[in-house]
Amino acid sequence: MTDTKLSWQGSSKILDVPKARIWAPWYVAEYRLRNMSKWLGAIVAFGLGNPVLYLLSVGIGIGALVDSTSGADNPIGVPYLTFLAPALLATAAIQAAMDETTFPTMQGFLWDKSFFAMISTQLMARDIVGGIMIASSIRCSFNTLIYAGVLVLFGAIPLTSVPVLVFAAIFAGISFAGVMLAVTSFVKQDDGFYAIVGRFVLTPMFMFSGTFYPLESLPIYLQWVGWISPVWHATNLGRNLSYGLEVEPWLLAVHVIFMGAILVAGMIVATRKFASRLSA
Amino acid sequence: MIIARGLTKKYDDFVAVDGIDFEVKKGESFGLLGPNGAGKSTTMRMIASTSRRTGGELTILGKDPNKHGPEIRAHLGVVHQQDNHDGELKTWENLYIYGRYFGLSRAFLKKKVEELLEFAQLTEKRDVKVDQLSGGMKRRLTIARGLVNEPEILMLDEPTTGLDPQARHILWDRLFRLKEEGVTLVITTHYMDEAEQLCDRLIVMDKGKIMAEGSPAALIKKYSSKEVLEVRFGSKNNADAAKKIAHLGDRIEPLPDRILVYSEDGEKVLKQIHKLGLEPQTSLVRRSSLEDVFLRLTGRTLVD
Ligand SMILES: Nc1ncnc2c1ncn2[C@@H]1O[C@H](COP(=O)(O)OP(=O)(O)OP(=O)(O)O)[C@@H](O)[C@H]1O
Ligand SMILES: [Mg+2]
Repeated sequence: MTDTKLSWQGSSKILDVPKARIWAPWYVAEYRLRNMSKWLGAIVAFGLGNPVLYLLSVGIGIGALVDSTSGADNPIGVPYLTFLAPALLATAAIQAAMDETTFPTMQGFLWDKSFFAMISTQLMARDIVGGIMIASSIRCSFNTLIYAGVLVLFGAIPLTSVPVLVFAAIFAGISFAGVMLAVTSFVKQDDGFYAIVGRFVLTPMFMFSGTFYPLESLPIYLQWVGWISPVWHATNLGRNLSYGLEVEPWLLAVHVIFMGAILVAGMIVATRKFASRLSA
Repeated sequence: MIIARGLTKKYDDFVAVDGIDFEVKKGESFGLLGPNGAGKSTTMRMIASTSRRTGGELTILGKDPNKHGPEIRAHLGVVHQQDNHDGELKTWENLYIYGRYFGLSRAFLKKKVEELLEFAQLTEKRDVKVDQLSGGMKRRLTIARGLVNEPEILMLDEPTTGLDPQARHILWDRLFRLKEEGVTLVITTHYMDEAEQLCDRLIVMDKGKIMAEGSPAALIKKYSSKEVLEVRFGSKNNADAAKKIAHLGDRIEPLPDRILVYSEDGEKVLKQIHKLGLEPQTSLVRRSSLEDVFLRLTGRTLVD
């Protein structure tokens, strides 16, 4: 502490509370982006490294094998990489988006308890939830665009498919991030929550969502994983929009509604849980 | 500024704050004293309009925090008992983002942040990650952060725990000056000298209830005598000696390591002890302090 003279006008002179109320979620997003910028190097490196490695090994290697064996009566109807691309993109989007809702939530409630600092300002629980979702969406879009760029470079998808595929993937990413935000808000202790999510949620979701083969070729008792998985909804939507895979119109609607619904549900649950934990 | 009536906070069946009444006026500095678990921080959180009360009435700056939390909090400065910064961000960034949460402009904060860094003596640590600050530095950062919005009410929950004596005294001085600016202070502390120095008025809490209320001087007058004689007979003999001198002074308080005898004239009591043929190993006559009030009211010494 020093004797520095502090300039002092008083909060009622320097604040514009109604305006701050409107922008509140953005202030939280701004903080999240600042925190993310500390990891920018890693975000770019993994964001580029992952698709490159993946496409080199799985995509091109296995793709060549599949494309050569299935020959003329290829049940997929398009090159394997083209078939795979929407699923890879959706998975990458989900991973990036949920990183930015789960970690911040653990941090805010448990690691450094910074949510308790935020809630002491004019911010409300719903502003924190909103801000995290905004920042997560930005990070998700960033990674998805990088991934899409690599897919184009590898010839997996034409440039014209990028907008629709990116849209479907980001939609999936944000909606699952919303769900994970809600789930994480219930975590009371940091005991390997992440390992559990990785093993029992992410991996099965990636494997059984019609990623590597059409969902219908899975036995019916495993297909449910796909139905509740945003990866499948985004992938099926993306395949339809990018290369014209035939999907019933009602099912297309289901894809959009499902992702929208889990996003809204996740945010509502998260907001309630945030509010109750932060007002204990 | 603050009016509490029957203010209550329950956690399930456990009553942390049990129907307390108090008022704090503008420009006053108000203290909450009490042993660990008394409910001080819980009360502070309710005033800070974050923790929801489970009973009673509470009005802050003329508003009900259940209905106008954000509008009230905009005008409060809160120094939590536990530091809660983002450790990955730099010192200046933590002040900056906190100011942004209030909607303060970047231009305003650019100046304000440097001023607060200077105030908290952290200018040198400006670009260091908060994780790498010492405990006392983090504490100073938390205090500086609570001033970023130039609050009308500044709430400090054990602000000086972890500060070195010099920093403590400078903080007291700063708080005095803020008070002169019309800032209302609400403080909890375990340091009685701090409470005596800083608080115009205070409440002593225990088990969620208010045990006493008043200015430090009035409380000392009411709950203690003018002087206190502290005598030590050695830990084995204290209990025995306490029985023998029980009739002396206004009241005696036997502690494990020493006996406190409350009276108007400590020296006189000491002479009487000598007359009884007792020889204390050490003796000390001092003025009564809040420490004694606390002991009387809660049956506990503060340093526990
Ligand atoms: N979130 C909570 N859930 C359950 N019990 C709580 C919670 N917060 C506080 N308590 C309980 O309420 C009581 C009062 O706690 P509080 O933190 O207000 O005490 P305090 O007077 O600030 O103590 P200290 O001097 O140790 O800081 C304690 O018994 C504590 O265990
Ligand atoms: Mg406390």
